Amino acid sequence: MAAPAASAIDLSRALVLTPPALADWLVILPVAWCLASGAILLMLRKNLRLQPPLAIAALTVLLVLDAALLWRVVEGGPVTMVMGRWLPPFGIAFTVDLAGALFALSSALVALAGGIYAAESIDASGRRYGFYPFLMLLMAGVSGAFLTGDIFNLYVWFEVLLISSFGLLVLGSEPKQIDGAIKYAFLNLIATTLFLIAVGFLYGLFGTLNMADIAAKAVERRAGLPLMTLGVLFVLAFGMKAAAFPVNFWLPASYHTPRIVVSALFAGLLTKVGIYALIRVMVMLFPVEGDELSVVIAAAAAATMIFGALGAIGQSDTRRLLGYLVISGIGVMLAGIAVGGPGGVGGALFYALHSMVVMTALYMAAGMAGRLSGAFDLNRAGGLYGRTAFFSALSFILFLSVSGMPPFSGFWPKVMVARAALDIGAWWLAGTVLLTGFLTMIAVGRVWLLAYWRPAGAAATPGGDDAIRTSAILSLSVLVLVTVLVGLFPDPLLRQVQQAASGLVEPSAYLNSVFPQGAR
Amino acid sequence: MEVPFVVLIGIFFAAAVYLMLSKFLVRILLGVAILGNAVNLLLFTNGRIVREVPPIVPAAFDHQVAVTANPLPQALILTAIVISFSFFAFLLVLSYRAFQDLGTDNANEMRVAEPAADSAPPTGY
Repeated sequence: MAAPAASAIDLSRALVLTPPALADWLVILPVAWCLASGAILLMLRKNLRLQPPLAIAALTVLLVLDAALLWRVVEGGPVTMVMGRWLPPFGIAFTVDLAGALFALSSALVALAGGIYAAESIDASGRRYGFYPFLMLLMAGVSGAFLTGDIFNLYVWFEVLLISSFGLLVLGSEPKQIDGAIKYAFLNLIATTLFLIAVGFLYGLFGTLNMADIAAKAVERRAGLPLMTLGVLFVLAFGMKAAAFPVNFWLPASYHTPRIVVSALFAGLLTKVGIYALIRVMVMLFPVEGDELSVVIAAAAAATMIFGALGAIGQSDTRRLLGYLVISGIGVMLAGIAVGGPGGVGGALFYALHSMVVMTALYMAAGMAGRLSGAFDLNRAGGLYGRTAFFSALSFILFLSVSGMPPFSGFWPKVMVARAALDIGAWWLAGTVLLTGFLTMIAVGRVWLLAYWRPAGAAATPGGDDAIRTSAILSLSVLVLVTVLVGLFPDPLLRQVQQAASGLVEPSAYLNSVFPQGAR
Repeated sequence: MEVPFVVLIGIFFAAAVYLMLSKFLVRILLGVAILGNAVNLLLFTNGRIVREVPPIVPAAFDHQVAVTANPLPQALILTAIVISFSFFAFLLVLSYRAFQDLGTDNANEMRVAEPAADSAPPTGY
């Protein structure tokens, strides 16, 4: 069926008529690659020996793809690709800017480390239940959320990563996991439904779902639209996803229940997707409303930081303690968002990247520590420093990094956030950031004293010599190396993060990438 | 046309929130199911309601000749229905397993992951 030659319609206004450059395919390759390799792994579900090497290879390729994508975005600015040749705002657009590419690369690194760690720690039954296919589909959801430029599509990727996380969470089907999964599943489903409600209203107000289109139309039509209501809905939905106080109770109820590598991946990836979406919507799409809501976000940030750190101090199980540290880190990111401007948003982005790597590594270290000393309970653990000094050194670096001590990666983003807060006169917020660092230091310092320095008690039965797994040490070392290198040489990342933040605060490059020559 | 739908959506949301505030998993499940439908109706109404004109371009034309129903909310709702249905199925199985393994469908009594009697961390060696 050829279109009539004398058509009055100019197709070039609705469709991309020239095929996109080969390099542009990089924009969707991370997602397509994860979905394809997840499907292949699902078909090979019964082949338990083949699963880990295949998944690790697939995750390595994902890391390379994301690195290439980041390189391309750094060189040439935001890249856009549309589905089905429909020009935006009609087609679903994937638009990658610096922030999205940085998050995607960092998540791929964390997933690769998790895949390596899981090679020995996820047993045959875990593999039979589909750990690796779930991991690849989780990465498809996470990458899609970071790369998409369409807000309904963002919702779809949220659901993709959520359903994969359900699968990972109940791996093993122990009563404890079922209990944790009930709370995690119901509350997260309600959070994403809130997000969908907000998207529905957004569509009703603007008649478009393309983020660049919304950002441009919000500037033109702000007067008379109930955008504050919409903003509050988005903040609530993403705050719940990110585990901000007072809607964070699903996290400490569930994060300590699954296999340790699953906890590590969740801690690294899931809450950060919520933060990323919050930055994308409240900083890029609705900056005016984001500014007006900054008091609310700042109060939530301060409460999240303090209650997270206090919760960590009150725990005797190291895994539960780490769950609270995830929450207190989210508070620092929220503080950056509340402060706003390139400095604050840049600090939030930097802290999110740091937190992805360090929280994953901390859960991995906790898993190894639990195996070595025979207990996750601080009342019974002990003697780790005497067993293995190398592993203890790695853990010590992570402890310093998570509490924001120089010269590790946690220091710089906290400096950025605190300085940005002081610049706008929010000394109480800057003070809270510093106080949180101090409280975190107490919490992890006690873990160090009790589990590492204290001689092994008689209560716990320590693991044998096979308790130290090569794959675990390898993945842990890689992540620790990243936090040390970023801490010692923060300049390259600092520059990129600041540029990413200015690209979000002043999104003209993003808009130009979606609508070249200002055509809308 | 939109006003009756708005009222209906309000009733749906009220019922869903009421049910989800319950302690019992079965009621929460029913609340989640109603919430999903409330959101679908909300998406539908937000696309503005036009009746009886399907969004199909007639032969011999290459653009719409009349005001037609908005096809986009229908696509969105279809996606949302598939997702909420699969989630509902998962939650149903999860709740049943919880009832089998934990012996209760009262969320307040599910204290396996976070035990009520929790030991504090030691204050010294």
